[in-house]
Formats: sequence, structure tokens, C-alpha cells
Amino acid sequence: MNEARTEKYWNRTVETMGREQLNALQEERLRGLVNRVYTHVPYYRDKMQQIGLQPGDIKTLADLKKLPFTTKTDLRDTYPFGMFASPMEDIVRIHASSGTTGKQTVVGYTYRDVDTWAECMARCLVMTGADKDSRVQVCYGYGLFTGGLGAHYGAEKLGAVTIPASSGNTQRQITMIKDFGTTVLCCTPSYALYIGETMREMGISPDDVKLEAGCFGAEPWSENMRREIERMLGLKAYDIYGLSEIMGPSVAQDCQYQQGLHVWEDCHIVEIVDPDTGEVLPEGSTGELVFTTINKEGFPLIRYRTRDISALDYGVCECGRSHVRMMKPSGRSDDMLIIRGVNVFPSQIESVLLNIGEATPHYQIIVDRVNNLDIMTVEIEVSETLFSDHVKGMEQLEKTISGQIESVLGITSNVRLVEPKSITRSEGKAKRVIDKRKL
Amino acid sequence: MIKQLSVFVENKPGRLAEVTGCLSEAGINIHALCIADTTDFGILRLIVADADAAKAVLKQRGLTVKTTEVVGVALTHKPGSLYSVLLELEKADVSIEYMYAFTSRSMEYDAIVVFCLADQKNALEKLKGHRIPFIDAEVIKNMK
Repeated sequence: MNEARTEKYWNRTVETMGREQLNALQEERLRGLVNRVYTHVPYYRDKMQQIGLQPGDIKTLADLKKLPFTTKTDLRDTYPFGMFASPMEDIVRIHASSGTTGKQTVVGYTYRDVDTWAECMARCLVMTGADKDSRVQVCYGYGLFTGGLGAHYGAEKLGAVTIPASSGNTQRQITMIKDFGTTVLCCTPSYALYIGETMREMGISPDDVKLEAGCFGAEPWSENMRREIERMLGLKAYDIYGLSEIMGPSVAQDCQYQQGLHVWEDCHIVEIVDPDTGEVLPEGSTGELVFTTINKEGFPLIRYRTRDISALDYGVCECGRSHVRMMKPSGRSDDMLIIRGVNVFPSQIESVLLNIGEATPHYQIIVDRVNNLDIMTVEIEVSETLFSDHVKGMEQLEKTISGQIESVLGITSNVRLVEPKSITRSEGKAKRVIDKRKL
Repeated sequence: MIKQLSVFVENKPGRLAEVTGCLSEAGINIHALCIADTTDFGILRLIVADADAAKAVLKQRGLTVKTTEVVGVALTHKPGSLYSVLLELEKADVSIEYMYAFTSRSMEYDAIVVFCLADQKNALEKLKGHRIPFIDAEVIKNMK
């Protein structure tokens, strides 16, 4: 930990910009965004025309609430590129995350978008005290998931030594942390704990490594976990928030005072709405986070419903940054689970089960955290159609189901065949998800 | 061919007790049984006099149950009698999925070995002309 360096900013002008100036910048960018999507995204143009809205009707931030919401369903309906506001020749990168059913949510970035993203990530890293002398080990997965490349580009922009370790192979990760003198770790909080435990097993103490800070996110975690990670790894743990629809990691992160996560308001307008009525809630209220991306070209979204429950604090932060702070999300307003950083909807598992028998069997998803790793078990009631007298046949059935779940979600699961009626039903309806994780 | 009941049972205390309990209530005698087990579940295989009646009883309890066709072979209680049967299977190039044996004072044979053969239909075709003392379904039905 190096408290002396933590007062620095990556972009002092923007990060400490006064509220009035920041709002003026947002307003100007909002007008640009509305014009952009009205011209280039037929889906948005139709939505606006349906309610008789012209781009000229959106002049100030107060007009934002006139615009319709964007939901995950809209993204599914326009799969794969229907929401892109730039011609494909200007798109330089695609990322994707899981959708509510079989289809993925696809996002696109122009060259400028990739740069904006790196800028936001660099601000987050500097917020942890990192600079160009830092060595940043990125153990988020590289690929369609935004975690790996998102953190990577930010670390490079900062000029830090960037170590693209990706996820997995924990002993090798620890060897690199030790031998390369890694100072900043980027991964999911549960993986950070797992690294800590493996380090202990390998007989390496926090004093043997040079870790100073960690940007941990992509899944829910608690203050207890934060302290545990800090103790095990000997670093200061920061909470980073992001979702691929909006940008990826770096939408928000906490500063050294850890009183909420600063949302980069020059890039995103954030609102809190009532998850049931959609009504914008007064400052300080708890509700659903809604983002409007005002600094994106390829895949800009208007009032995107994140389903994450949080609250906003516009109070002045001791760190000097003027950007609003969102509280650590306390839950979801839908049934999405985050398992090992991957978004999982029960409906995705149901769609796999639909294909294996004549009728969808009764099932239950049990999520637990064992040795700091999320374990998903899918219990399936064995009907006569699924049942075979041969052990081989039954084991094959388990393998087929877990294989298909893995190909849809990208994560492994345990499949357990159980007797009919053994899954508890309440009021005739089965409870689909049991989350035993104590966060 | 004889009828066998296959029941899906989870590996947890009391499951077998429930299955045998409901057969007991229905007054059904179990002549033979075996269990194939995995980490999480087992397949209980049963030979009873009236397989269809037993199946109905178990199904009513909400258990997953199927009837499976298996092959019964009569043996005398002396060294080499099982060996001679297995030798015939080998000659006919027939593999065994699983097997178990039982004996009872209430039948005319010393013992019966139950086989589930791989690719059973073709296997039985191949075994035609081999000297194997297959038993009839009636033998099981008439057991007390």
C-alpha cells in the first residue's frame, strides 16, 4: 500500500470538473447521442416515433426521462448488430455476454470507443495508486468477456507493465506475481481469495510479493470479503463495476475512501428508477441503476436497465473527484445469477433441458461457494423417459446435459440426477434457484 | 426372457427402505435384487413374481421405475456350471452388461443367474443352437 501516491488523477480536468460544467458536458453529449441513434439506429428511431418524440425534444438533462428505456430484450430483438450506430467498417472490436435465452448480447466498439474505454480504465487504475511503474496482472478471462481486454487496454494506456495472464492455472499466476513483481491484480474477488489461499498452501506470504492494489469486480462481493482479500494478499482491494452493454469494467470504481464507486459521468448518465414502475427516484433512493452512454459511437444505449439495485450519492468526495458515487449493488431486480463472473439466467438452463426429454424435467439450480470458487449444481428429476436401466446411459445423460450447459454458458456445472418430487415445490411452483453463497 | 424392475434411487438414507416398504405393504415378495451404484444415485434391479403389479405400486409412490427384459439361466450347484455358460457366451461373441445370481428353496433349480446382455436381441439370435439352459418367464411367475 502506498498512500502517498493515491492522491493523483489520470485526468484531473475531467475527474474534478465542477457539477455545473459536468452537467453541461453531459447535456451536450446527450443531444449528440439522441441525434446519432435517431439517424443511425432504426430500432431507436421507431421507438421514438411511436411516442411522438423528435431528437429536438431532448434539450436538457431533465428531458432524459422522456426517452424510452432499453432492456436486454431489445438487445435480443436486434441481435446481432441491430443496435450498432456505426457502420461495420468503423467497428474494430466485438464483445459478447450471455443473454436471457440462447442468444448472446453482442456489443461493438469503434477505435475511439476502445480508446475511451481504456481512458476510463486508466482512471480506475490510477485511483488505486497505480502509475506507469506499476505491473498490472490481468487475470480476468481474455476473449468475448470484456474483463480481460478491458483491464488490459487501460493498463497499457497508463503505461504500466501489463501482464495478460488471463484466468486459470493459479500456481502459475502466483509464480508470475512473485517473479514479475506484480503490483496490481485485476480479477474477480472470488478468484482473488482463491489466489490468496493457494499462496498460503504454497507457503508464500503476502510479504514475499509486491502486491499493492487490486481491481476486483464482475460479481457481487461483500465488505467482509474485501477485508479477507486485503489480509490474504497484503493489498488494498478496490471494487470495480461494469457491464459489457455499457462498456465493460471501468464504468465505476471506488477511490481510496471506499464510500461508493465513482461513475465516470462524462461518459455515462446514471439514474435510479423504481424497478416496477420505471419512475425516476429522488436522490439517495434505492432502486435500479439505469445508464445512458453519452460518449460512445459503436454501441450507444439510451436508458439501459441494468437490473442492478443501488443508490447514488452526489456528495463531495474527499478524494476530490466530482463524479457521482453509486453504492455497491445490493442485488438484482431479475433472476440473473453471477457465477464465476459469468451472467447466468435460469432460462438458459431451462432451454438446454428442453432439448433432452419430451417435456422439460423439474430442475433446480444450486449455487454455492466452495474454497472461494462458485460451484453450480443442476439437479434434475429423473422421469421415466430419461431413465435407463444402464449406469452407462445415466452417466452419459449427465455428461450430455453438463456439456450443453457449458457450451451455452461457458462455465462448467455439476449435473445431479434426483428422484421425482424430491425438489421442493412451494404453492405448486418449483423454486428454481437456491443460492447458498454467503457473501 | 424374464421381466426385471429397474428403480431409480438416490443415494440417501431411507430410500431403499421406502421402496421395499411399499412392496411389503402390497404383499409383494422379492425373489432377487441387485444395485448398480454411482456417486449420487443407484439403479435398483428387482425380480418379483408379478413385475407389472409391482411396477404399478412403485409408480403410484412417484418413483421412477421401468421394466427391463433380462435373461435367466438355470444352474446346478456344482463347480464349473457357471463357467460352462460363460464359455458358450464367449464362443458366440456375446458380452454381458451386468449379471447377478440368486437361489431359493422354492424352485426347481439350484440357482438362477440373471444376465443383461449387450445388444440383447442379436445376442439371443447368436446364442441359438448353443447349449444354455435358459429358463422360461413362467418359472419366475410360479415362484412363491
